Amino acid sequence: MKGKYATPPDEFERRPVPKSALLGLKSFVGQYVGEHVAGTELMIGPLFVAAGVSAFDVVFGLVAGNTMAVLSWIFLTAPIATRSRLTLYYHLERICGRNLVVIYNLANGIMFCFLAGSMVTVATTAVGVWFAIPMPALDDRYPTTAGWVLAGLGVGATISVVAALGYRTVARVANYAAPWMILVFLAFGLIGLRQMGMTSAGDFWETARTAIWKGGDPLPGQVKFTFWHVMFFAWFCNMAMHVGMADLSVFRYARKSWYAVASAAGMYVGHFMAWLCASVLYALQLGLNPADTKVLPGPLAYRACGIAGLVCVFVASWTTANPTIYRAGLAFQAIMPRVSRFKMTLATGMVATLAGLFPAIAMQLLGFVALYGMVLMPMGAVIFVDFWMARSLGFRPDYALASGTSFNWAAGLAWFVTLGGCVALVLNGNIQIYFVSLPGWFAAAVIYAVLSRLLQRRIVTRRAGT
Amino acid sequence: MRRIAMTLSWIALTALIVPPALFFLGRMELDAVKGWMLAATVLWFVATPLWMERR
Repeated sequence: MKGKYATPPDEFERRPVPKSALLGLKSFVGQYVGEHVAGTELMIGPLFVAAGVSAFDVVFGLVAGNTMAVLSWIFLTAPIATRSRLTLYYHLERICGRNLVVIYNLANGIMFCFLAGSMVTVATTAVGVWFAIPMPALDDRYPTTAGWVLAGLGVGATISVVAALGYRTVARVANYAAPWMILVFLAFGLIGLRQMGMTSAGDFWETARTAIWKGGDPLPGQVKFTFWHVMFFAWFCNMAMHVGMADLSVFRYARKSWYAVASAAGMYVGHFMAWLCASVLYALQLGLNPADTKVLPGPLAYRACGIAGLVCVFVASWTTANPTIYRAGLAFQAIMPRVSRFKMTLATGMVATLAGLFPAIAMQLLGFVALYGMVLMPMGAVIFVDFWMARSLGFRPDYALASGTSFNWAAGLAWFVTLGGCVALVLNGNIQIYFVSLPGWFAAAVIYAVLSRLLQRRIVTRRAGT
Repeated sequence: MRRIAMTLSWIALTALIVPPALFFLGRMELDAVKGWMLAATVLWFVATPLWMERR
């Protein structure tokens, strides 16, 4: 999952990044590895096991899905980023108009709040071990004990105040922690595998098949995961970033568009090794006591690596929640520019804290992450069509910039109609949320192209008549 | 000073991952692994800020 970015001194928010500020491949490798070894990995790995996935499905599903994610960054995001060299927000503003970007910011900010909330939940499980607080079960939706609420409030308040006061300090801690955290995740896997009875690398597949990812029915309240679920989840868990184009803001600094291959480092360290290692810890817990189905990163990490494991859970979730709360605050501040960044970040952190008290988000993280991608995906389709196809399809790109409109209805309707259609399909049980975003992307692209032709022609005709 | 701090960071990373590898091979007890990992964690977070981002 997405995490930590270093903030450059001049962010070139409303102009293309100049040649002098471009970065080499190495910068992106470090950034993507750091970002994708985050607190969420400690939930996602165990939830795969809870979803009753088999060893073949999880290993090869992750290989396929992560490859698709990397290809999406390489062929969808980076080519546009390195040609326009604009942020996502300015790019959207030029196409959609200011008012539609405000709505996009609101949606983005809300999703960031819930994502940060799940990180508060994860961090609270680490604090819960230290203070022996009773913790929620896999199927719990609401806060279960007063101790959990107090611990969550304490963790959330601390994270929020630090995000508001000292974002850059925590961003630095995130950089320091990245190499250490990768090795702690690897240690989770090594220790867990040994405790499951594996004594040599040659035993891995047998242990994986018979003791870790055994397949069969999912645990109560979880969706059964197959190869296709794993593949689409791995592909789309960062959908907002690649297909949704949020990483235009990152790759606008890349000298060459193929530097997006750096995302592979993040995918195969964070979304392969880290997920599998976290899975091993949960499978070990189920092996020791099949009735103990709680997915609690704190106790899982503590059992394997002691205090270092607990520190890893806390640091991983804190360093992910920090920039997430900060970004959500910035998104909301763009809507209410008169409110100070400090107050907005603090208020956002409080909302995230309240969300984090409810274990439902973290325990259903697989579904929430898919929802996050689905909500923001249509705007990626709008940008893609506008950038590559507008002129050949007979309409004007960057329409809001050219016409001065503050709300491009073609883009707005492409977003709302696609989203409405996807939600209806999921709620009616026609298709699961993990798969709906792929047809949704094509639907958004077609709707935007057709409506742009129709609406722009009507406006041009009306202007010609007056 | 920077070189010393970098060396200490490398030692910390080694002390972090070698004990779990030894545990996997059945050559170290889990309690000892946990102790090594805690010591390595402390060393890493003390030494690394002294050189990282100061290039």
